[in-house]
Amino acid sequence: MSTSIDTPRIDRGQYVLAAVLVVVGAFTVYDATSLSVGFADPVGPRVFPYVVGSILALLGVLLALATARGSLPEPEGGEDVDLTQSPDWVTVAKLVGVLAFTIATVGLLGWALTGAILFAGAAWALGSRTLIRDVLVGLVLAVGSWYGFYVGLGIPLAPGVLDGIL
Amino acid sequence: MGDLDLLWGGLQAAATPENLMYAAIGVLLGTFVGVLPGIGPAMAVALLLPVTFGLEPTSAFIMFAGIYYGGMYGGSTTSILLNTPGESASVMTAIEGNKMAKAGRASQALATAAIGSFVAGTIGTLLVAFFAPKLAGIAVEIGAPSYFAVMVLALVMTTAVLGASPLRGFIALFVGLTVGLIGQDLNTGQPRLSLGLPQLIDRIDIVVVAVGIFALGEAFWVAAHLRRTPLQIIPVGQPWMGRDDWRRSWKPWLRGTALGFPFGAIPAGGAEIPTFLSYVTERKLSRRGDEFGHGAIEGVAGPEAANNASAAGMFVPMLALGLPVTATASVMLAALQGYGIQPGPQLMTEQSDLVWTLLASLLIGNTLLLVLNLPLAPLWARLLRIPRPQLYAGILFFACLGAYATNLDAFDIGLLLAFGLLGLTMRRFGLPVLPLILGVILGPLMESKFREALALSGGDYSGLLSEPLAVVVYVLIALLLGVAALRTRLVPVRADAPDPDRSDDELVSR
Repeated sequence: MSTSIDTPRIDRGQYVLAAVLVVVGAFTVYDATSLSVGFADPVGPRVFPYVVGSILALLGVLLALATARGSLPEPEGGEDVDLTQSPDWVTVAKLVGVLAFTIATVGLLGWALTGAILFAGAAWALGSRTLIRDVLVGLVLAVGSWYGFYVGLGIPLAPGVLDGIL
Repeated sequence: MGDLDLLWGGLQAAATPENLMYAAIGVLLGTFVGVLPGIGPAMAVALLLPVTFGLEPTSAFIMFAGIYYGGMYGGSTTSILLNTPGESASVMTAIEGNKMAKAGRASQALATAAIGSFVAGTIGTLLVAFFAPKLAGIAVEIGAPSYFAVMVLALVMTTAVLGASPLRGFIALFVGLTVGLIGQDLNTGQPRLSLGLPQLIDRIDIVVVAVGIFALGEAFWVAAHLRRTPLQIIPVGQPWMGRDDWRRSWKPWLRGTALGFPFGAIPAGGAEIPTFLSYVTERKLSRRGDEFGHGAIEGVAGPEAANNASAAGMFVPMLALGLPVTATASVMLAALQGYGIQPGPQLMTEQSDLVWTLLASLLIGNTLLLVLNLPLAPLWARLLRIPRPQLYAGILFFACLGAYATNLDAFDIGLLLAFGLLGLTMRRFGLPVLPLILGVILGPLMESKFREALALSGGDYSGLLSEPLAVVVYVLIALLLGVAALRTRLVPVRADAPDPDRSDDELVSR
């Protein structure tokens, strides 16, 4: 976020958001045109998406106008959030990578292993350098939750390669 | 007093040893998660939903009640000991509470918060038991046009009147309504916005949306802005209060309750206004006004009671009308839907056993909270020392576990990731989360009422105004929007003359 006071304070990111809103709104309207309306239903499934989609697109336009007039967002604060520093998107990208890996492997490796990797990987991405301890904690959490769901709630999470061992 | 009999019946159903155990587990888990920095009550409930999956509804509700009050209490512990309120409702508690803690009175601050929450929660729950059935009795009479109007009112109030920027509130709301469109149309079964994906045609699980937006979105946002210098944590002993503290606390508790409950019960959502009002009232009424700003116990007792009373008050619209007005209520309503219980004015009549059990569980959970947490406070305080990488890794872990456990399909983790990124985007652009989640939950309900109303009038749009109540509600909405527009125009004036309390609080948090 450009919050320096010298330059004109326009948050260009908001233009991107505005464009996305217009596109999503337009797509919602377009998607609704393909729906057929029954005889008994005077309104049908189209009207609501028409209304929602067009207002969303309109809000996108309004946001673009507001941005041009210097409207700035108020990013959310929090206990562990330090808004005075510039955001660190690399860490976020690493976390997204870890989650993508989880999605790809949960069926194959099973929850007990993937969950452990997820925990250790996420902790590493966030700056932890005690890898062995994180892997151990992750394993305990993942195996524990696997048994907890299986025994306690009767929900079999994917066993994966550990099928038969767990 | 038939309602009292019903509540008594609910208490009997809830107070079996097994259910008491679930309540205790819920309170402990809720407090545990709520104390963790960065996690508010809504996120605590969302993250812990999967734990209740295998349970029968009664036990699950009892656990919810425990988790809910536990999460609330955990949040106030954090704000007193860390001075960085996780949510706007604890801002006022943090002002005086943290000053007390710094002056070596952390124990008294925690005690007055805990006991005040108990008093307010108990009175509040009894008031819900009194008001909700009366309102539900009226609610079943109102037709689709009026119900639609009331939903619009709830959305407009939470979106335009409460938030800092109405434009951003409406953006969040309509993104939420769009998400609510995804999947089969409820009347004709035709898929909408599903991109041909079978998992989307089946409609998205609201739990996945809530966990994605609240838990994952928050974790991503924190990851991008992680505080490099750790916050100072104040050590704490056993909470206790001296005679003088009791004398100074009991009136603020009751006044806070009186302020908080109505604000929770009308669909104005949120505890910001009543906690602020309570703080100002106590400062005005206190004979030791000079202590305010330096750790006055009244400034903790009042807002904390107001916070909890409004949290209880939100159950009135939720149970009587099926309308959630806070983030936590919407997550709980999503959980009800998971048990095949449809929100709406029929909730109280069709599921009356469950509703009364839930109310009774709230009373039990509230009591257990006091019994368990006063002795455990020093232990909870130590949780604040968990290193942040492991803490947020744990949040990601449990968020994925929850999403995966709903359908045992990796696709749901993908959805979770998508909503996590949406949550991140919203925090980046200052879009409020509450309107979005309300839009997702209320959108489908609104559409079905809208179509029901128009089916009655044969497609004539004047059918929306066919009931007097509906007309009254629309007039009210117009007035509120007018007020909101006026307020927006007055904002620059306000910024020039900042409120003394606000600037106080900002100085503290810097």
